[in-house]
Amino acid sequence: MAVWPTDQTMRANDINFILATDCGSTTTKAILIGRQGDEYRLQVRGEAPTTVEAPFEDVTVGVRNAIAELEELSGRQLLDDDGQLIRPAQNGTGTDVYVSTSSAGGGLQVAVVGLVRRMTAESAQRAALGAGAIVMDALALDDGRRPHERIERLRRLRPDMILISGGVDGGEERRVVEMAEVVAAAKPQPRLGSGFQLPVIYAGNVAARTRIAKTVQDVTALTVVDNLRPTLEQENLAPARAEIQEEFLRHVMSQAPGYSKLMQWVDADIMPTPAAVGDIMQQIAADQGINIVGVDIGGATTDVFSVFEGVFNRTVSANLGMSYSITNVVAATGLNNVLRWVPGDIEAGDLENRIRNKMIRPTTVPQWLEGLKLEQSIAREALRLAFEQHKQLATGLKGVQQERDIADAFQQTRAGEETLVDMMRLDLLVGSGGTLSHAPRRIQAAMMLIDGFAPEGVTRLAVDSIFMMPQLGVLAQVHPEAARQVFVRDCLVPLGTCLAPVGQGRAGGPCVVITFTDTDERYEITAGELRRIELPEDTTRPVTIDPARRYDIGAGRGRAVKTHVQGGAAGLIIDARGRPLELAAEPEQQRLAARQWAQAVELYPEVQ
Amino acid sequence: MAQAYTPGLTVAESITIRKERRLPLTGQVKVSVGDVVAAEQVVAETALPGNVTTINVAHDLNVNTEEVPRLMLKSEGDSVQTREPIAEHKALWGIFHAVSRSPMAGTVENISPVTGQVLIRGPAVPVELTAYIDGTVVEVLGDEGAVVECQGALVQGIIGIGGEAHGEIMIAVDHPAQPLTADLIVEDCRDKLIVGGAQVTLGALQQAREVRAAGVIVGGIDAAVLDKLLGETLGVAITGDEDVGITLIITEGFGELPMAQRTFDLLTTHTGEQASLNGATQIRAGVIRPEVIIPHPSSAEVPPEPTITELSVGSPVRLIRDPYFGVLGKITALPEELQKIETESLVRVARIRTESGDQLTIPRANIELIQQ
Repeated sequence: MAVWPTDQTMRANDINFILATDCGSTTTKAILIGRQGDEYRLQVRGEAPTTVEAPFEDVTVGVRNAIAELEELSGRQLLDDDGQLIRPAQNGTGTDVYVSTSSAGGGLQVAVVGLVRRMTAESAQRAALGAGAIVMDALALDDGRRPHERIERLRRLRPDMILISGGVDGGEERRVVEMAEVVAAAKPQPRLGSGFQLPVIYAGNVAARTRIAKTVQDVTALTVVDNLRPTLEQENLAPARAEIQEEFLRHVMSQAPGYSKLMQWVDADIMPTPAAVGDIMQQIAADQGINIVGVDIGGATTDVFSVFEGVFNRTVSANLGMSYSITNVVAATGLNNVLRWVPGDIEAGDLENRIRNKMIRPTTVPQWLEGLKLEQSIAREALRLAFEQHKQLATGLKGVQQERDIADAFQQTRAGEETLVDMMRLDLLVGSGGTLSHAPRRIQAAMMLIDGFAPEGVTRLAVDSIFMMPQLGVLAQVHPEAARQVFVRDCLVPLGTCLAPVGQGRAGGPCVVITFTDTDERYEITAGELRRIELPEDTTRPVTIDPARRYDIGAGRGRAVKTHVQGGAAGLIIDARGRPLELAAEPEQQRLAARQWAQAVELYPEVQ
Repeated sequence: MAQAYTPGLTVAESITIRKERRLPLTGQVKVSVGDVVAAEQVVAETALPGNVTTINVAHDLNVNTEEVPRLMLKSEGDSVQTREPIAEHKALWGIFHAVSRSPMAGTVENISPVTGQVLIRGPAVPVELTAYIDGTVVEVLGDEGAVVECQGALVQGIIGIGGEAHGEIMIAVDHPAQPLTADLIVEDCRDKLIVGGAQVTLGALQQAREVRAAGVIVGGIDAAVLDKLLGETLGVAITGDEDVGITLIITEGFGELPMAQRTFDLLTTHTGEQASLNGATQIRAGVIRPEVIIPHPSSAEVPPEPTITELSVGSPVRLIRDPYFGVLGKITALPEELQKIETESLVRVARIRTESGDQLTIPRANIELIQQ
């Protein structure tokens, strides 16, 4: 595989054109980035159906088609007559760098095995998720299953790889060997291809390595890395994550149709799509010194990413999505929870059938306003549920360097239940996926994010316009500055800022006073109200936010905050509905409230 | 994307159908290229590893784990019977005597001095793979299976429940808009593929199961009926493993939706003929549709039917999104420019003249081509 720079003499300054693709399960998306003076900017984007499946069974066919669309749109020839990439860029043709991510074929699917569900198994789960995997199951001694049930489960799963963790270094070995015996007894088969052994990564107690090897090496392809939980007080996920990605390339990608060719084309390792998104988010959080939550709501799954105080977490809600899994969202939350977000009346009679018809015809789009309102209401619940799951996993003991003293360790369960996600400290909430990025009005995307995530205090909102984060994530591996510039200038569409005081008060009573200190404009907002104030994109204005005594906007109850608020297509949204966000109990009242809120922010055309 | 529409499901009178029959593990292939096979004929077989159970021998004998191998009465590879002693420990001249017994018949697979556990594996589970369709073996897949080919009719549904089955086609309704109700399912339906119309009631499905029908194919189903049949809500459209006693294929979608006339006519033409059917569905990457295959060997060469992949003026289409779900029509125009629809979305549209003469503007994503 080529490792950048292909030409050792090529330096970042020599790079004028960058081609990046993201090979998804259904669509391959390509972007062309070009340098204009000192700036890297998105030039064009193109897409084509992914061709991993029959009749093509070669991912590079779809990649070439997507690149061909870039050629048409940009007028720049990128492929030669033989269909090969022209490199380096010269005389109006070719590209200097080509990188790619992939989630085709269902992405990277991993089963994790640990000892204690809330300790090593959870750490292993975090390692796998952080590497961009879907965790198919987490087996542990206390998972409530009997050994033969675990064996049967592993045999049926057919994952791409298994990650075994367990035990602190130098600790007792017997239990982790017991779990390895489960893996060996299952004789697990890989999902793709039958001519090789399933990759197994051992990241547990170093003292048990020899016995683990003896137990599983005859039936699996074993690799060993540092313990991901070397002591009770320390989590060390990086080596396991790196090995998962290495195995992804070595075994999974090389088995997928056409990937051996694609791996020769790229100038950096192909990354699992979610891993690339995680990388770019961490980089932006570090660059700007901010806390970020990002969400990608897709047809089948919803990924949530967070970076708080530099600690990265990712979760995948495997069956919360807006087309393939839309019925599951409604089943998980209940139809009544969906309907509470629908402004006004909706014909309820045939709703269940309509939702299922979206599941089986996933590419259809709402044609009538009522259909759009229903889908956006379901999206709010999908986001809310996915974020709940994220908060449950984004808990204590994160990162390599996080040390806890032994007193904390004795309180493992309690400490582990405290989420790292602190909405009051959240600076930026980014949404992506068709439902958010392609919402007809940007305010609709903003309100889905606000209702789904319930941000507190002062939070900037944005959407990834065309879901470029994967390509920028892998680009950051080879040219971080170009990735950063395109992310800031072309990727994020600022929606505006949400001000949401924490607290509850009597409806109609005082909640918060907003004063723009540059003009002395003053807005008094009452409890229960939702208000939208125009604030154009590229505008930042100084404000004083003065909450009533029951409310906290970030400095404590009743204490004013002076800050700057950033504009966007949705403007400044003041959410005085209270936190936690409690909706009316009666369906009639819920629909009335939803209608009032929709009118207040001009959510839909009919209620302006 | 240039092609923002859903390609239609295949409903074809005579096409070449190939089915890959692959074992879950390598095994023995029983057929050769050129063999003519029947649907229920075994083409390959293997033995899946038996179920396993673990016995905590160290605990049973109250000894340290490393002592377990010394106290075993059986070695790795030995057969054991249910309740047969596999290890024993005598101490103090036999005063303390502990025995560990196997809870199941099988083979001792592993004795672990580290965990003190012994793994017993039950007898291998034989798996036989049938041809599924009447046809000819055209390829052998090493020691994993074979590809069987036939000439025949193919009807793809939109979603199904349950796995492979075989049965004779029996039309139970007078027209494709007639619901399939319990009173239409009679004793004669045993082993038959029952063809219904617009909808199927829960009573009809229960009755079909009662008389041991092979399967039911029908236009629509109410979401609540399917939930009751399954005993849970179907959250994602990945099916085929359900054990509900019958294979069910839905051709149009959820709700009261008449079966497409063309589908109904094709099935009617083959009344009394044997069909292979499978409810397995996967509406995701690697899409799998439920299907009915009716092999009808023909000596005449049948040219492959061209698959329509492009929308064009005059194409017959079906609308697949409310408020026009199920409406049929023809494309009268395909404007190039994006158009704003009621939701304010800018989308590529098609103009449709419906069978009742109405003119509609529809997002191309909400159109399904009808293959002719």
